[in-house]
Amino acid sequence: MTIDKGISTAGAGAAGSPASGGDAGGGPPRGTGARGAPSPIEYRLDPASGVPTYLQLVQQVEHALRLGYLKPGDQLPKVRDVVAALAINPNTVLKAYKELETKGLAAGRPGQGTFVQATLTQVALPELTGLRRSLLGWLASAEETGLDEDGIVALFTSVLRDFYDRRGGADRHAGGDVRADSEGAA
Amino acid sequence: MNVIETSGLGKSYGRVPALRDCTLALPAGRAAALVGPNGAGKSTLMNMLVGLTIPTAGSAAVLGGQPAGSAAALDGIGFVAQDAPVYKSLSCADMLHLTRNLNRRFDQQYAEARLAELGIPLKKKAGKLSGGQQAQLALTLALARRPRLLILDEPLAALDPLARQDFLGTVMTALADGVSVLLSSHALAELERVADYFIVLASGEVRLAGDADDLLAGHRMLTGPAAEADRIAGQHSVVEVRRAAAQAHVLVRISGPAEPVPPGWEAHPVGLEELILAYLRAPGGAAQPGPAAALRPEPTEVAR
Repeated sequence: MTIDKGISTAGAGAAGSPASGGDAGGGPPRGTGARGAPSPIEYRLDPASGVPTYLQLVQQVEHALRLGYLKPGDQLPKVRDVVAALAINPNTVLKAYKELETKGLAAGRPGQGTFVQATLTQVALPELTGLRRSLLGWLASAEETGLDEDGIVALFTSVLRDFYDRRGGADRHAGGDVRADSEGAA
Repeated sequence: MNVIETSGLGKSYGRVPALRDCTLALPAGRAAALVGPNGAGKSTLMNMLVGLTIPTAGSAAVLGGQPAGSAAALDGIGFVAQDAPVYKSLSCADMLHLTRNLNRRFDQQYAEARLAELGIPLKKKAGKLSGGQQAQLALTLALARRPRLLILDEPLAALDPLARQDFLGTVMTALADGVSVLLSSHALAELERVADYFIVLASGEVRLAGDADDLLAGHRMLTGPAAEADRIAGQHSVVEVRRAAAQAHVLVRISGPAEPVPPGWEAHPVGLEELILAYLRAPGGAAQPGPAAALRPEPTEVAR
């Protein structure tokens, strides 16, 4: 969880605040004008929708991913910019970004912001969630039998290779619903 | 760390109590909304937190145990009183100058940059600014002191919708930078977007206080036949019963989402506005102050 530093602000940065990431408020105020490319999308709120605010943000990112407005490596709107523009609580934005991270769609980079990490153009998020859950179940049982992280990675990689080798590697990339972007996954 | 801690805090004017037995603990990093009807004691509470009013009972501390009103406490608090007071005959530049000289810490660069961003000319007299600009000026002065706690008494009252959005945007940016916020307002819809903690005051008493998500998770609305309403109400910790000839709505506190629904009744989640209004309507004795009481873990009669 990182609050983006970008434009100059008030606030010396209270220690221990959940809203301030480790580096928020530490540096000197910067001039207006964010670093790097601005986010390709901007959020809007529909107060009449009845959908919780954080979920509206999540859905708008997913929508933008499906329609190709967002691509892996793109930066999501900075938390500070979102709260200034929409006048919403920063924790709401952080909750949305955490949800996107849990879904594997975005990843936070300390001190920089949150970036798109996967594409949704082949969709089927519920299936992905199901697969994720069964994998988590498998991981739990692997840990129970005494495998550590390295052991699990080794076993998984070996089985994965066997799996595709047996099929001749033909449809190696055809099955994934969400393609991780190697650059964004750093 | 708690940015606000009060214990049995009270203030009486003669024999008239303005605030009674107020016990609160607000964690750092939150935006807390103080809501309640006029005369509920909101301003009295805020004035005691910044040392402008001396309590007649109990105690108040801010910023991790600093006595309210002490120099150390005041150093870390930015306060904007009701109606965003500024010296009308002073120019904005003079307001900055004055505030800089009255405070140990003042970020002139921030204040000037912020006013420029808002399109508020430094040479203009504060009294000639629009209501929204005066509010922004007062907020800028408060934030330029680099507070760790920002206390705002009815900051939205005089503002048009666009000015409200801008003002709250500034406040939320400060929150993102780690400033804790306490603000009072009647604008429940706006508060729902900005606040993550709610303190409901009525008739000088705290009716409800807690994290917004916890409060929502800790209540549900039961809807069913009016004939059974009393029996259902007797089995729950009830906030409010609304009854028509055939149907009744019973707002109850629950211990968790798994709590069973009585047969023949429907359970609905409640919204913050609905919840707050119910607590404001409920007579003082019916409501329990604080989330600890509302969310106590022991099973209710229904669950047993």
